[in-house]
Amino acid sequence: MLKLENIGHFYGNRQVLKNINLEVARGELFGLIGPTGAGKTTLLRIIDLLETPASGVMYFDGAKVAATGRGRLDIRRRMAFVLQKPVVFNASVYDNIAVGLRWRRQSRSRISQTVEPLLEVTGLKALKDKNARTLSGGEAQRVAIARAVAVSPELLLLDEPTANLDPVSTLRIEEMIADIYRRYRTTIIMTTHDLAQGRRLAGRIGVLVNGEMVQAGKAEAVFSMPHNRQVAEFVGTENIVPGVVASREGELAVVDLGGTLIEAVSDYGVGGEVYALIRPEEVMLAKQRGTSSARNWLVGVITGVDMAAMPARVNVDCGFPLVALVTRASLEEMGLKPGQPVYAGFKATGVHIIERPG
Amino acid sequence: MDELWRGFTQGIGLLVSLDPEVMEVAGRSLLISLSATIIASLVAVPLAAVIHLNSFPGKRAIITVTQALFSVPTVVVGLFVFVLFSSAGPLGGLNLIFTPTLMVIGQALLIAPLILGLAISALSGVDRAYVDTARSLGAGGLQVAGVILREARFAVVAAVIMGFGRAVSEVGLAIMIGGNIKGFTRVITTAISLETSKGELELAIALGIILLIIALVINIGLSRVQQRA
Ligand SMILES: Nc1ncnc2c1ncn2[C@@H]1O[C@H](COP(=O)(O)OP(=O)(O)O)[C@@H](O)[C@H]1O
Ligand SMILES: [Mg+2]
Repeated sequence: MLKLENIGHFYGNRQVLKNINLEVARGELFGLIGPTGAGKTTLLRIIDLLETPASGVMYFDGAKVAATGRGRLDIRRRMAFVLQKPVVFNASVYDNIAVGLRWRRQSRSRISQTVEPLLEVTGLKALKDKNARTLSGGEAQRVAIARAVAVSPELLLLDEPTANLDPVSTLRIEEMIADIYRRYRTTIIMTTHDLAQGRRLAGRIGVLVNGEMVQAGKAEAVFSMPHNRQVAEFVGTENIVPGVVASREGELAVVDLGGTLIEAVSDYGVGGEVYALIRPEEVMLAKQRGTSSARNWLVGVITGVDMAAMPARVNVDCGFPLVALVTRASLEEMGLKPGQPVYAGFKATGVHIIERPG
Repeated sequence: MDELWRGFTQGIGLLVSLDPEVMEVAGRSLLISLSATIIASLVAVPLAAVIHLNSFPGKRAIITVTQALFSVPTVVVGLFVFVLFSSAGPLGGLNLIFTPTLMVIGQALLIAPLILGLAISALSGVDRAYVDTARSLGAGGLQVAGVILREARFAVVAAVIMGFGRAVSEVGLAIMIGGNIKGFTRVITTAISLETSKGELELAIALGIILLIIALVINIGLSRVQQRA
């Protein structure tokens, strides 16, 4: 459906996109996540042909997109882009949703055949004749999305559709996007800086940091196996511990984390400087050295307990700071308190090893 | 003082009795300046959209020159048009000098930069997101222009009203290229200046009051429009 090859872009002297390679298949909902200023909006603007990239090639539906010329409007008309800040025109909700079809010179009756059911689907029927200027932020965003969907885009681009919305409106918009995706099977590229949202909605995810696509893949893989420290930090991985591969046996490596040895599944060679990412939900806590199948048991001291979190967060000092997530019930059962010694256990497969650039 | 008072009362008398000469001059003034405003707007407003929506070398310079022309003295435009259209001038063959047609052309030239410049800044006031939204929904060039002109419509109308105000109240150009020919090219401002210099105050005062009323109406209209812009 869409293929980007080595897309680069500058604003003034600043490079805001570097060598972006991306392929999105028809029918896919692709999530583009990254911190503010990463270049997400710029990338969507380039895809929607609102901006011409400084370098690189874009293919739409298999055909190379020219940098200039009339053909761009024809291609742009096969897409729709909902901007981060929803803009509604000074007209009724109905007329707002119909506007793209009018520009395509569709007949009144055909427009109504498209818009009426869409008003139903998006829950805007009651607001149909209201001036769109008078709507709330969430309602305006719904109008903006409905207006984009009305033109039956082959590719729908959504730029942070729930930024600046309250939680209730956010939920509504998320449901609406999921519903539209199910109903029309539109290919969607959606940006967000809300990781959880990307995880909930998208099949595949790309992580954009400082204009670079640092990782792309299945949502679960990106979250559980970030490629590098930047991605790990951005997807909220806790327990990023620097270390060195001390020895290895088959696919099992022993990693020295500043004096503490752990076993992990990894193919980095001996002497390799790495980070060990230990997922907090994989860490078990026990008063005695456990008998479970976990390969790694570390001795530590509890430094903090946050009961307000769900599940509860326990900070342990075991040579390096380690965060563990445990259920409140087991926490109360064990009576863990700050200052107490504790064993922390996790499996070799619960550790993800990434490169640590020197 | 006595003479002034007499002029004033007689002027009011002319107004109240709808004196044919007063009405005729006022009507011609409105007709000429309205025509000039319409012509200038038809050119300047779409041109403003074209300039605003496209980036090209020299765009900044064009806008600067346009703004500089806001306050060009009317006699300078008058001189320019006169030289162009006088019988010895390059367009003299058209025989337009001292006709209402040429006054329309001259006033249109005078106010076109004003309307153009004000319309460009009106369009600049429209959030860039409107243009992007329209384009992303598949609007072509004309359709995008339609969107921003619609969004800026009150400010654009204000620009047009300002243009009309300048056209109807200027005198230098009307005299130089119209010639103040009675019953043909005499308009409010030229009549006032002629009658006053002849010492015939009552006609001047009657027309002066009409011009004041026009200015008042323009300003009321303008502030109404600007409140909504
Ligand atoms: N029109 C512009 N002119 C100059 N710099 C811009 C412009 N738009 C965006 N930028 C810069 O480009 C970078 C990427 O911006 P953007 O694509 O909006 O990021 P994101 O959407 O991920 O927050 C930012 O540093 C931003 O300041
Ligand atoms: Mg953005």
